[in-house]
Amino acid sequence: MTAQPTDIATYNFAYLDEQTKRMIRRAILKGIAIPGYQVPFASREMPMPYGWGTGGVQVTASIIGPDDVLKVIDQGADDTTNAVSIRAFFKKVANVAVTTDTAAATIIQTRHRIPEHPLTAGQVLVYQVPIPEPLRFLEPRETETRKMHALEEYGLMHVKLYEDIAKHGRIATTYAYPVKVEGRYVMDPSPTPKFDNPKMHRSPALQLFGAGREKRIYAVPPFTDVVSLDFEDHPFEVQTFDQPCALCAAENVYLDEVILDDHGGHMFVCSDTDYCEKRRADGHRGHLAPETDLAPGNMEPAR
Amino acid sequence: MTDEPLLRVSALSKFYGSRVGCDNVSFDLWPGEVLAVVGESGSGKTTLLNCLSTRLLPSSGTASYRMRDGQFRELYRMSEAERRFLMRTDWGFVHQNPADGLRMTVSAGANVGERLMAVGDRHYGKIRATAVDWLSRVEIEEDRIDDEPRAFSGGMRQRLQIARNLVTGPRLVFMDEPTGGLDVSVQARLLDLLRGLVTDLGLAAIVVTHDLAVARLLSQRMMVMKDGRVVESGLTDRVLDDPRAPYTQLLVSSILQV
Repeated sequence: MTAQPTDIATYNFAYLDEQTKRMIRRAILKGIAIPGYQVPFASREMPMPYGWGTGGVQVTASIIGPDDVLKVIDQGADDTTNAVSIRAFFKKVANVAVTTDTAAATIIQTRHRIPEHPLTAGQVLVYQVPIPEPLRFLEPRETETRKMHALEEYGLMHVKLYEDIAKHGRIATTYAYPVKVEGRYVMDPSPTPKFDNPKMHRSPALQLFGAGREKRIYAVPPFTDVVSLDFEDHPFEVQTFDQPCALCAAENVYLDEVILDDHGGHMFVCSDTDYCEKRRADGHRGHLAPETDLAPGNMEPAR
Repeated sequence: MTDEPLLRVSALSKFYGSRVGCDNVSFDLWPGEVLAVVGESGSGKTTLLNCLSTRLLPSSGTASYRMRDGQFRELYRMSEAERRFLMRTDWGFVHQNPADGLRMTVSAGANVGERLMAVGDRHYGKIRATAVDWLSRVEIEEDRIDDEPRAFSGGMRQRLQIARNLVTGPRLVFMDEPTGGLDVSVQARLLDLLRGLVTDLGLAAIVVTHDLAVARLLSQRMMVMKDGRVVESGLTDRVLDDPRAPYTQLLVSSILQV
């Protein structure tokens, strides 16, 4: 791809140079060939700090084309700083169409959520990953964890779950819940709530994971088995909420707690803003929903 | 006892550059037998133990181990995956310092259960029941199961380390100064416990120690090492009561009498 004309002429298409994109694409292809395996790559400096999604941005930059439609979410929301900035970044350096509509996007870069709207074949979900190594907090040595992956020694992962049950009476891990991919590699699904783990299983969309600071890329190809680890007598289960979304009355979705005032007032709303707005546009009303419709992208807390 | 040894060691040597770790050590170990390796510090005991347990690769020599299927396998030709599997199922390694052999930041129960989970046990209730059973066998009270080893005394840590190693029913246990650093009354209890476990389970063990009393209590056979070489070997009682090599005589006569 040659440099684009006019206003983005000072940057190569999608910011990264072509050699870097090629290197990252190689890492991605290797990751897809070995589902769940962490492929090292030469992570570049990006115009944002580590921890703000440099890994995800590099993956997106390497796979995005002029015809792609990009959606970026941060904890499920399209309207938070990180999401808005990254969307604006690609609009500027790649001149691509952007959207908040899950179904309309071809690439969805995400920080810590999977959209509620089911993904379809042809879509790519790009995760921003802070710490790609699921065994890291149990075994600090990288040489040792790589050996453990190579030899499929995953007993230690269950030690962590055992500790959870011994301390809390149940598996208390609620995010970054370890999964086994295609019966082989144990993988950190990035700090998504475990609520989203079942959505990764046999997903028709391609899932790519980029960790910029840790310089690792891994992938889950479409229709791949992703199984959450558990014990026979303490099976994996997702979070449940005892009330529906306060704005759109959705059930069986992941909810965020929103503080309303300093007197303990709070409400639970969909963490996926696009999903919530669509439902309200369709006429669904939660018990705290305002009388008038909100324009999409202009969400205000209900009073 | 069967008529075949469990471990055959032949001409094992380990050199650190021009320095000798251990030199030309050969012996057989039979199932259920406890072999003590004694000698002063720097005599190559620990080097030998590390070579045998494949934590260290020897410079030359062979060691073959009779697997559960009865076939002898050459230890240093096994793949790393096979060796590590052997290490966590059929073998145990008791370190002198329990912090080296335990996970200090997870509970006692998880320490005991780790090997079970590593070989595929996925039932929390069963793992926990086994852990409780093993803690009681090493005289750790059941209500300490969720405590971290950091909260344990030295003697308790050592007993926990032993439980952690024995939970998968190993056939061979390596021990490096298992009573080192413990005071004498705790030592005595630990020795008593070890002796009981070894007899009950029919374990074979190789115990490295500089303490001849430990060797006398635990082992049936012993090897005396000096400067990396075996200077004398034989039945423990024979070696201690009738030492032949001058160095063994010196060692035996150096024991402090109370």
